[in-house]
Amino acid sequence: MKRTVLIGLLIASLLLVGCGGQGSGGSAEGGSGSEKSCDVKNPPLFKEGVLTVATDRPAYPPWFEGGPENYSGFEGEVANEVAERMDLPIEWVVEPFNKSYAPGAKDYDFDINEITITPEREQAVDFSEGYFDNAQGVLTMKDSPFADAETISDLKDAKFGAQVGTTGLEFINETIKPDEEPKIYDSTNDAKSALESGQIDAMVTDLVTTVYLRDFEIKNSVVVGKYPRNEQFGMLFEQGNPLVGCVNQVLGEMKEDGTLQKLEEKYLQQYLSVPTLKE
Amino acid sequence: MTTRGTGPGDRLDPAEPAGSSSPRAGRGSKMLGSRAVLVSSASTVLFFAAIAVVIVLAPGSEVVAERFFSPFHLEQSFFGTASTPSVAGAFLLNVEIFMISEVLILILALVIAVVRGIPGPVFFPFRMVAVAYTDLFRGVPLILVLYMIGFGVPGLGLGVVSYLPDVTYGIIALVLVYSAYVAEVYRAGIESVHESQNAAARSLGLSRWQSLRFVILPQAVRRVIPPLLNDFIGLQKDTALVSVLGSIEAARAAQIYGASQFNYASYVVAALLFVLITIPLARFTDRLIARDKRRREAGAVA
Repeated sequence: MKRTVLIGLLIASLLLVGCGGQGSGGSAEGGSGSEKSCDVKNPPLFKEGVLTVATDRPAYPPWFEGGPENYSGFEGEVANEVAERMDLPIEWVVEPFNKSYAPGAKDYDFDINEITITPEREQAVDFSEGYFDNAQGVLTMKDSPFADAETISDLKDAKFGAQVGTTGLEFINETIKPDEEPKIYDSTNDAKSALESGQIDAMVTDLVTTVYLRDFEIKNSVVVGKYPRNEQFGMLFEQGNPLVGCVNQVLGEMKEDGTLQKLEEKYLQQYLSVPTLKE
Repeated sequence: MTTRGTGPGDRLDPAEPAGSSSPRAGRGSKMLGSRAVLVSSASTVLFFAAIAVVIVLAPGSEVVAERFFSPFHLEQSFFGTASTPSVAGAFLLNVEIFMISEVLILILALVIAVVRGIPGPVFFPFRMVAVAYTDLFRGVPLILVLYMIGFGVPGLGLGVVSYLPDVTYGIIALVLVYSAYVAEVYRAGIESVHESQNAAARSLGLSRWQSLRFVILPQAVRRVIPPLLNDFIGLQKDTALVSVLGSIEAARAAQIYGASQFNYASYVVAALLFVLITIPLARFTDRLIARDKRRREAGAVA
């Protein structure tokens, strides 16, 4: 009897796999067509009459300041400005980063959460135009032997740490290529604890966050340098959501009339003046 | 990746180990007619086909298939890319953590269980410590212990103790928590050995320790092997939690891949790897249970 059950299972699983295969073939085409028209006067919204915007919690300054009822901070203000130009009130909801690429309908219009646009990610979601040029930052302690590193190769022997899911890890693996495997933490807070207690020599995350940590969170730390990787932050949409067109149109206006630049100066200026790491 | 839900106490009744499961019927196809075989296979196929149809006809099935079972992503996450670690490679760390902790847990837990059972008023403080230990570490979630050991101890700045690799702290935390569970399993086993065994051993001139070592423990341990293995299957999965301290094991490697590619196939790969090493242990447990049952049914005194 055991054997027949096994055979039955085998047939059933073959059926499953066969169907699964067909499914994955079909959806691959859906990826590219992101250019869709959108009427800014009458945008397609998740909830009628409100722009529902998501971000993770906790949301960190200077990206977000204040509470979810009226976020400011750079990303908070960018989203507020988008809503204002679309003549809509804004409503904030929470979306953990790891859930942001789950299949199925999203219960918000877009997610704004320092998410870097990459071609791989665009297979699963749609992104708006970039609203910020991100650079990676390297943070270490003042008494560390790596505190006065000037080049990427000066950092080869360091024990690195990064937060899971960030492009900081990709920067470590692809550009620095350290001798020791980097440590990966659930949150910036955990990486911070590891740096403070000497479990790692340096942590890598986006430049603004490293400078923020240096100035407000980790005493006696120093930002060694920044490294631009041609990355941009974008707002994340459910794949095929035509609202991307509207948001891109508004973002384009904000770029053109200097609003985006002004917001960047207001919230991020103090975080961006760091020497660039040489190759 | 959740912490443990059930304690060994829930599944261990030492008075009748492996008591009521799987009655005699169903062992071997000789006892069933060919019609029963036919019916069972037909119902099996129907059952799974029905599930398959429901899944495939679901409106989001294409997206789910792509996001979780894309052959491309399954393969790529298994082997890793230039910027993301291989899930299979990272799984070796799980195996390493498991192997080391298992041995340490078996030893520490036995010590705790034995200490808890030492009679006599002089040993009261020791018994108290053992009881407090099991109460504390069975109650505190593993992830908290991991944080306290893995981030707390290095933070103290205490010479060598504070500069160990993070995996070592992870193993210490696993050993602390699981020893509390396993000690209770041992204790249940020890208490299941009838008092007359001890009395007989003592009357033969064995000391209290000799009686424990040569009469009580061999019987006790044999009886609790199935629940012990059950705990170790839990341990295998909980090795994934050590990643909160920084090292990349299979679940973390899967998470990194998922975040980089926006695809969950890497989690499926990690899950399959965990299942793959759990199954042999589960079958081994089944065999031990069956062997024990055969022995007792043959009338052999344990």
